[in-house]
Amino acid sequence: MQINEQMIREIVVQVLQDIDIPQPVKAAAVDERPMTLVEKGEARPGTKADEVVIAVTPAFGKFQHKTIVNIPLSDVLREIIAGIEEQGLRARVVRVLRTSDVAFAAHDATKLSGSGIAIGILSRGTTVIHQKDLPPLSNLELFSQSPLIDLPTYRAIGSNAARYAKGESPTPVPTRNDQMARPKYQAKAAVLHIKETEHVVPGAKPVELEVRF
Amino acid sequence: MNKSKRFEALAARPVNQDGFVVEWPEVGLIAMGSPNDPVPSIKIEKGKVIELDGVVRDKFDFIDQFIADYAIDINVAEKAMAMPDVDIAKMLVDVNVSREEVTKVVLGLTPAKIVAVLNTMNVVEMMMALQKMRARKLPSNQCHVTNVADNPVLIAADAAEAALRGFDEMETTVAVVRYAPFNALSLLIGGQAGRGGVLIQCSLEEATELQLGMRGITAYAETISVYGTENVFVDGDDTPWSKTFLASAYASRGLKMRFTSGTGSEVQMGYAEGKSMLYLEVRCIMIARGAGVQGLQNGSVSCIGVPAAVPSGIRAVLAENLCTSMLDLEVASSNDQTFTHSDIRRTARTLMEMLPGTDFITSGYSAVPNYDNMFAGSNWDVEDYDDWNILQRDLMVDGGLKPVSEEEVVAVRSKAARALQAVFKELGFPAITDAEVEAATYAHGSKDMPQRNVVEDLKAAQDMMKREITGLDIVKALANSGFNDLAGYVLNLLKQRISGDYLHTAAILDKDFNVISAVNNRNDYRGPGTGYRISAERWDEIKNISQAIKPSDFDE
Repeated sequence: MQINEQMIREIVVQVLQDIDIPQPVKAAAVDERPMTLVEKGEARPGTKADEVVIAVTPAFGKFQHKTIVNIPLSDVLREIIAGIEEQGLRARVVRVLRTSDVAFAAHDATKLSGSGIAIGILSRGTTVIHQKDLPPLSNLELFSQSPLIDLPTYRAIGSNAARYAKGESPTPVPTRNDQMARPKYQAKAAVLHIKETEHVVPGAKPVELEVRF
Repeated sequence: MNKSKRFEALAARPVNQDGFVVEWPEVGLIAMGSPNDPVPSIKIEKGKVIELDGVVRDKFDFIDQFIADYAIDINVAEKAMAMPDVDIAKMLVDVNVSREEVTKVVLGLTPAKIVAVLNTMNVVEMMMALQKMRARKLPSNQCHVTNVADNPVLIAADAAEAALRGFDEMETTVAVVRYAPFNALSLLIGGQAGRGGVLIQCSLEEATELQLGMRGITAYAETISVYGTENVFVDGDDTPWSKTFLASAYASRGLKMRFTSGTGSEVQMGYAEGKSMLYLEVRCIMIARGAGVQGLQNGSVSCIGVPAAVPSGIRAVLAENLCTSMLDLEVASSNDQTFTHSDIRRTARTLMEMLPGTDFITSGYSAVPNYDNMFAGSNWDVEDYDDWNILQRDLMVDGGLKPVSEEEVVAVRSKAARALQAVFKELGFPAITDAEVEAATYAHGSKDMPQRNVVEDLKAAQDMMKREITGLDIVKALANSGFNDLAGYVLNLLKQRISGDYLHTAAILDKDFNVISAVNNRNDYRGPGTGYRISAERWDEIKNISQAIKPSDFDE
């Protein structure tokens, strides 16, 4: 087993999740690691086969800053990017504005991605790995139950997306399932999605984002 | 303030883990009666609807246009629309008014008028109406067969047990989408091993779903979703016409299919336009009617957490099932997805459809433990089998299932697993070991199964599509490996594609592959002593539970 900084951070994150930290402390942690998303104009198709495009939806990091289970979106994006980079590939982030449907946002991004692989993520956390030649509502891997996705899973999603981009056939990230996620979270998911969809701009082109942590 | 121990006890109850929200009509977070719901109206000129629910033809969105042109019988519309809401509601509950008389009127109504009628009814009246209005006389049930590992052997075994227990239709889906061909194949073989004639489907992205159907691996389809606002359609790159085209693609290949919709989907997707969930759902039901499909799965389905979170939401869900029956369509009435932590709430929600009976009371009873249910959990799962059977016995109600013995279950599970093992071998797929067959025979869920090599399985599943393996290849593989009865059953399913008899409304197949549908098994309920009545034979099946003690169990 290799011990590196990333792994230690993962373990720390996992341990911290198990500790019952009072809410205000969690909120402070968000402020300590801010994320700036700088808009750089219309996103262009990439030509480099070693990139994975991450498509975020209209409200991501701009109007909404936490997933449905209050994981800071800055941490989410950081882990996905780290997962891509640990496979030796590069991550490029775009914001899709024309839709708040995660499948279509990701599919739009596959057409921008030099490798044809993209990850789509909603502000509430729902995530998909997509590939250019698949139908929009198909996918390589889908993580539809947003309350169940933790930071190690986001990292594994980044890593697997990069492996698809390299032409490998990775074992899919284990899907988690909790039949009580719907009763607990569906109404909240609806409210979050309504708020996200208010920021959809019909017909708008995807925007290139520079991410600063 | 001191803390009340009573309130502490209440707060710990399962129901208080559920999510509830107050009504928010501006965004459509309201089940019935939004202040923004339109007022019913219709104007017809030269055989064309020129005004629908207060909107003139020039201002129609594409759903208005589709409904106006294809879903309303203009010959009766003006007369039907002129009837008071309560008069139509009374026809619905009156045992002296036949189903046919009611549908004749309903087919002349606009969406807002149907909603106005439903708004006048309480749930008991709606149940009374549903008992009369469902299309097929014999009630039935559909189940889900999935697992979190997409383990094909376990899918086959669970399907066999589910068929034995009485499900007439079964549905699978995937954890990983590339597993789909294997899940469909496993369900097909497992289902027939439990009982010949069970219909199976695989819920997927629409193109793949159609392809599996066309190749004869699946026997019907249901996940063709329609929505109540234009924006949600557009978000999915669809229109009512594109969905209708897809429906005709199924029909042209002799495949049974129905649409899916449900209250809460539009608000869940952020585009409800401030209308009530029921109003938008009635538009969906009318799209299904206009498209000419034989049936619809509705009852909120996967969005059930949304109507369930607002007042009168479960009543709205019953109202949408009823509306589907009123429009003379097969109704697969949901009851298929978790929406509550409370056993009391989930039972109450299901009695709305179970007591009157529908074409498929649950359109997704989880025939696997809920941790393996890849539709994110069902309202009912395998651990509730005995509860369901005893509810049937307590109330003398036919919920479509029957008590079974452990010996019978083990036998069909084993047969299904062995048949799949043989077919995998015949087709050159990754081997299924004897240990896997043994584990699947006695398993409760995927936690009891050895792991398979997922990467190898995924490659083979893609290979199955590339090689264009069809239902006939499955028939041959079964016959070559000595499973002649199963080969015959799969072949009989394929024959249905040619005869097309199971395209009739609400069709299922019995164990001899006879079609039972709304045509030859028409619901003729007209009050006590009419309609579906449990036969003596069926009652014996329902009441003979092994848990009941007999006088002979005791010493003399």
